[in-house]
Amino acid sequence: MVTADLINSLYVFILAAFIGFEVIRRVSPLLHTPLMSLTNALDAIAVVGAIILAGERKSELAAILGAIAIVAATSNIVGGFIITDRMLKMFKSSRAPKS
Amino acid sequence: MIPATHLIEATYIIAVILFILSLKWLSSPASARRGVWAGEAGMLLAIIGTLLYRGIVDYKWIAISLVLGAIIGVPLGNVQMTAVPQRTALSHAFGALCVTLVGTAEFYLRTPNVPAFVMSVLSLEVILGGLTFTGSLMAAGKLQEWLPQRPITYKGQNFVNLGVLAIAIAIAVMLVRDPSQTQLYPFMVGIALVFGVMLIIPIGGADMPTVISLLNSYAGLSAAAMGFVLNSKLLIVAGSLDGASGFILSVNMSKAMNRSFTNVLFGAFGQVQPAAQGAVEQRSVRSATPEEAAAILSAANKVAIVPGYGMAVAQAQHKVRELYDALTKRGVDVKFGIHPVAGRMPGHMNVLLAEADIPYDKLLDMDDMNGDLPQTDVALVIGANDVTNPAARTDASSPIYGMPILDVDKARTVMVIKRSMSPGFAGIDNPLYYLDNTLMLFGDAKQFVNSIVRELTGAGAAHG
Repeated sequence: MVTADLINSLYVFILAAFIGFEVIRRVSPLLHTPLMSLTNALDAIAVVGAIILAGERKSELAAILGAIAIVAATSNIVGGFIITDRMLKMFKSSRAPKS
Repeated sequence: MIPATHLIEATYIIAVILFILSLKWLSSPASARRGVWAGEAGMLLAIIGTLLYRGIVDYKWIAISLVLGAIIGVPLGNVQMTAVPQRTALSHAFGALCVTLVGTAEFYLRTPNVPAFVMSVLSLEVILGGLTFTGSLMAAGKLQEWLPQRPITYKGQNFVNLGVLAIAIAIAVMLVRDPSQTQLYPFMVGIALVFGVMLIIPIGGADMPTVISLLNSYAGLSAAAMGFVLNSKLLIVAGSLDGASGFILSVNMSKAMNRSFTNVLFGAFGQVQPAAQGAVEQRSVRSATPEEAAAILSAANKVAIVPGYGMAVAQAQHKVRELYDALTKRGVDVKFGIHPVAGRMPGHMNVLLAEADIPYDKLLDMDDMNGDLPQTDVALVIGANDVTNPAARTDASSPIYGMPILDVDKARTVMVIKRSMSPGFAGIDNPLYYLDNTLMLFGDAKQFVNSIVRELTGAGAAHG
């Protein structure tokens, strides 16, 4: 059972890494700073693991560490999306009419 | 009735699709904001899905932590654009902290029944997470100038650093063989935390773009490792997307500095200078006043502006925008040449110039700009140094030899705004300043650009 899960996970990891390379290779250098802040926000999906730890309360330690982890990840989610959108709003073309 | 577990999996699958679309839409500025919305929707769905999980017995602390995180996140999302590099480093630290804490909790919940494979990825998760946490805090401290930006090096540093990392890995191996030895675990994490600090001590400001990218990659990989531990495909996908992004950026940055990864991490720039500086001799430079600079600029057809970190430090981007406006009004074609490592993180200059309302189609990357420079009348360098140094092309003894540069020396006239003749951050002399077609404009970037702008607009009014 453990090995089947492991193999599945490895497939997912390899495929996701390839998709990541192909998709991100196409991001213009113009947007590399927003790219970094956006992937950072997406990476904070680790919050789901923290929510389960804090919610299950299997041990006092796990609940406390889980709660701190939720705070750290949520601040990345909120801050990351806000700043990415603020940055992208600023990029305007001289050809398109300004909105 | 659909079982809750299926519903949760469904939200995760949709979240994965939205995350990939989010990055896909980021490829062009026109669709990029849609990418942010897709990311937000995916995140919201995944969190709601997780909250449906049956095993959750207590929602109070989840709610409090989510609200607290949001309260911290809002100001972090609203920092000034010049503070974006340190904010990014700080967010890498938070991401890594989350991963390290979750890994630690999982270890203590599962010990001593941890299969060898799970223990291996868990160790990878917390070692990468731990070193990324302290390393990113150090990077943020250096960028915020709370810590000295100069690289701090000592003899045998690489040996000591690698030794410390080897100890952490050795402890991990012991834990994989016997996960019941809980007394070892704090040492493994503690050493990873120390290693993170030691890794960043020798890193100077000019290397920050590479190091931030590398830490980004580590943060992603540690999240992917956490996905393996929790058997969560969602986390594996998000972590590997982030890891891939950080990796691509690190490779780009290393290439743009003509250095290998290992060289950035293990060979601080500061060490190479003594040999390079001995060769400096007294050579004459020509300087010009704002009036002369304005006259040359207004007579040009094509102007290329090359900004660097100095422009960000002087907060000159809004004055540069006025210069852009004044020249464009006179029919001068103005473009900006952005070197990949200009500034303190990938894309730093683009964000600052976009903030100053300069249209993004005027911002050219290095290759496009270099195609244009031989036909350019005036190249105006503002606060950039090493990325314009022709020694990188010609002088094999230069520490930056081989680094791809913006060939501003190929423009008909080069003007360099600079405070004084002191060498740049990396301490390398720049032969560009002594060329016959180079004019030095000595002064503060913001004030000097302002004087040129006043000359351009004021003179126009006087003659008209």
